[in-house]
Amino acid sequence: MSGESTYTPGNGFTRWLDDRLPVLRLVNDSFVDYPTPKNLNYWWTFGAILSLCLGIQIITGIVLAMHYTPNVDLAFASVEHIMRDVNYGWLLRYIHANGASMFFIAVYIHMFRGLYYGSYKAPREVLWILGVLIYLLMMATAFFGYVLPWGQMSFWGATVITNLFGAIPLIGDPVREWLWGGFSVGNPTLNRFFSLHYLFPFLIAGVTILHVWALHVTGQNNPSGIEVKDPSKDTVKFTPYATVKDAFGMAVFLILFAYFVFFNPNGLGDAANYVEANPLQTPAHIVPEWYLLPFYAILRAVPDKLGGVLLMFAAIGVLFLLPWLDTSKVRSARFRPLYRQFFWIHVVVCIILGWCGAQLPSKVLFGSDTQVGIYDTRNEAMDAVTAAAKEQDLSPEDDFKVEEHVVDNKLEFVGSRIDFAFDVTDLARILTIYYFLHFLVLFPLLGLVERPQPLPASISESVLGKKAATAEA
Amino acid sequence: MADTHVEEPTRRDFLYVATGSFAAVGAAFAVWPLIDQMNPDASVLALASIEVDISNVPVGQQITAKWRGKPVFIRHRTEEEIKAAENVDISTLRDPQTDDERLRKDPEGKLERQWLVVIGICTHLGCVPLSYAGEYDGWFCPCHGSVYDTSGRIRKGPAPLNLEVPPYKFETDTKLKIG
Repeated sequence: MSGESTYTPGNGFTRWLDDRLPVLRLVNDSFVDYPTPKNLNYWWTFGAILSLCLGIQIITGIVLAMHYTPNVDLAFASVEHIMRDVNYGWLLRYIHANGASMFFIAVYIHMFRGLYYGSYKAPREVLWILGVLIYLLMMATAFFGYVLPWGQMSFWGATVITNLFGAIPLIGDPVREWLWGGFSVGNPTLNRFFSLHYLFPFLIAGVTILHVWALHVTGQNNPSGIEVKDPSKDTVKFTPYATVKDAFGMAVFLILFAYFVFFNPNGLGDAANYVEANPLQTPAHIVPEWYLLPFYAILRAVPDKLGGVLLMFAAIGVLFLLPWLDTSKVRSARFRPLYRQFFWIHVVVCIILGWCGAQLPSKVLFGSDTQVGIYDTRNEAMDAVTAAAKEQDLSPEDDFKVEEHVVDNKLEFVGSRIDFAFDVTDLARILTIYYFLHFLVLFPLLGLVERPQPLPASISESVLGKKAATAEA
Repeated sequence: MADTHVEEPTRRDFLYVATGSFAAVGAAFAVWPLIDQMNPDASVLALASIEVDISNVPVGQQITAKWRGKPVFIRHRTEEEIKAAENVDISTLRDPQTDDERLRKDPEGKLERQWLVVIGICTHLGCVPLSYAGEYDGWFCPCHGSVYDTSGRIRKGPAPLNLEVPPYKFETDTKLKIG
């Protein structure tokens, strides 16, 4: 679709410039005369919304860096200084912090859009892979950024994530110490995370340029999933059509953004991060930011440390393979009656996985116990439970439990046999299996067994209906 | 160049490969300082050992010392806790270790059964476990639910190993040197 350039310089200066640096020609061919399929819906405005998010994060981030101090003794106070003393510091920080969440909301919609309309399929494989790369860079950037305020969640989040690398056999410990620059998360860690947090957005910007380049080579996918046949009928100019539609999408998105910034600025954050980091005390319940929760649930679903880490990275890694896992010849789920249903099941599975990631892993969703007895001390209860386990040939660790209850201001210990328990970890396991099943089994299988609905002859026909398209012709 | 079709590597090919290899090795040497600068520096390595006075820790209580940025739990165990730690069939453990193996001797060579010293970092993903909690009244990690006994051994949950015993020795009956 990136055909011959249609740019004609309008005056002497632009003609002079065009012979020396054809930058205006590039802008014109990419964002003005560029032909876009005329059936693009509002899900296609998220590319522009994401560029806006990146711009907002870079601008607010550069300004915040002028007031922030990356030192373990000063970082927390410098963030409070931004909030209280710096002119409009509260606004800039709230925009930056909520901007990260907004960025991820937009990227998830953008990715699911791609999944629904088959935008990852040939010839857009490289475009999709660059997108997954941007997503990975975004997660790394968000992680580095979350550490900077040096609150309890910052510190312990950094500890848990860096410890993931300790699971690598043989070189795990040296790698971890190399990441930390010490024997635990400390000042060297904070310093380098600050440096990398400043660097990574520019890497994202770089890969985004490649992403847009690849997009403009293959042309945009569209809701019908069929290629442009006759540009004069199937496409409209990027400006004003797509520009205005994108601008409207951005404006609506900014309303949601403004709601969080002005009316619920800490709604998506964790209160524990307003407590300064304490390396000697872990908060009672560590959770990552919402956008990482599904992967956190996958990590915890595996009883083996290395296995959990591998599966978590595999959950993202599998996205790179989608163009080759999908065997269907039809792109858009609009014409794929089976895939359309499994797509929505998968969306729901991802959301529930996210919910699992936010819960205590041992939280019992439903189950039943048989009480062994009530005791005054923990040791008595443990002894009774161990005896009962021996008698019934069960494991005292796995099949029994001792719980504390306060009754009439007195502590009592209830020992019981677990007959049946379905906890958050069990649910996360089932959903994790389904997550991989969706990509590794359903993707290849559906293309083979599914009978797609008939495709329209052209994009123009899909918009106007058969009759009108013929009449127009 | 179509007419100079040769199978044998030429002198020019050799020079290309040799130059390229030399440049690659040089680049690797140049990159090393950039990688190694991230490793623990001299000032971090200098904080390698600490001394702790344990004379005022009553039985049934524990203090937390900070060594290399990590918490170290020094626990003055009760008779009951020692008994609970010893009466375990170690073949049932995930990371089999007897209680004795996890203790150290005092200067006279007597095993200090009442003192347990462990690094207070869960071996799963590095959280600090809560003391006097969990089903064995040892430690309980709130992050992902690992349970340790009164010898700091892993009994339940996702952690693969027992709480690590740091290198330490009794300087006197009441003074520990960690590191």
